[in-house]
Amino acid sequence: MVSLSDYLILGAVLFAIGIVGVFLNRKNLVVLLMAIELILLAVNMNFIAFSHFLGSASGQVFVFFILTVAAAESAIGLAILIVLFRNRKTINVDEFDKLRG
Amino acid sequence: MSFQVAMFYLFAAILLSSAAMVVTIRNPVKAVLFLVLAFVSAASLWILLEAEFLAIVLVLVYVGAVMVLFLFVVMMIDVNLAALKEGFVRYLPLGGIVALLMVVEMGLVVGPRRFGLARVPAPAAFGPHYDNTRVLGRLLYTVYVYPFELAAVILLVAIVAAIAPTMRRRPDTKYQDAARQVSVTARQRLRMIKMPAEPKIPSEPKA
Repeated sequence: MVSLSDYLILGAVLFAIGIVGVFLNRKNLVVLLMAIELILLAVNMNFIAFSHFLGSASGQVFVFFILTVAAAESAIGLAILIVLFRNRKTINVDEFDKLRG
Repeated sequence: MSFQVAMFYLFAAILLSSAAMVVTIRNPVKAVLFLVLAFVSAASLWILLEAEFLAIVLVLVYVGAVMVLFLFVVMMIDVNLAALKEGFVRYLPLGGIVALLMVVEMGLVVGPRRFGLARVPAPAAFGPHYDNTRVLGRLLYTVYVYPFELAAVILLVAIVAAIAPTMRRRPDTKYQDAARQVSVTARQRLRMIKMPAEPKIPSEPKA
């Protein structure tokens, strides 16, 4: 049988891959958003694994809300990205330093 | 090794390798496609965990809507890929060390010693009449009805917040102002003027 710790370790590795993605793609804002999606997926995986093994459906309700907020977050993030690209002609994070004093 | 365990390792391998491809691949379009693969294999894992409704929602909403949105954005903006990838190798050791430390730490916490089958036994599988959607819906509309409505408000805010910054005002476009059209009165359009009648043309004198 698959144990709870297998799912939790899978979630941990997925989370770490998302963190590596944030480190590696510090320039590309789109891939940065995708790495955040991976991190959220790892969190959802943990919630569902706990919900299954503890026999409570509340964990799945939490995943439902996380999916809602994540969809809203990525939609707003991509809208901001579009506006930034239209004004600056780049999505390089290092060049977004207009607010630097 | 039972069929379920084999499926778990298969989908976990696909999930982790496609997630690794997402963060390392050069082309953002391919990264989005690998992210789709990662979400689909995660949905398969959720079906193994008897969370069928959320697995379907993940494929329908995430793969069907959010990933397509990503794909639209990636294809809409033409990016200079070479400039964005510089510094990739420079940050690889640091990111690798941080990730490795995190995996080791979390592995120590959530390893088989604390969350193995001996400590958390696998629950008995639900019968064929178990309805995951019904269970979730009952919970969502009774216990969690207030957060559910808040989620609806969040989605509304997201719609407004996504559309409002991307609206462009173009001064040269011609458009009708319906409010001004409706509130117009006859006096603004029609002007009554008084003018004297035309004088009678004198008839030509007879010769």
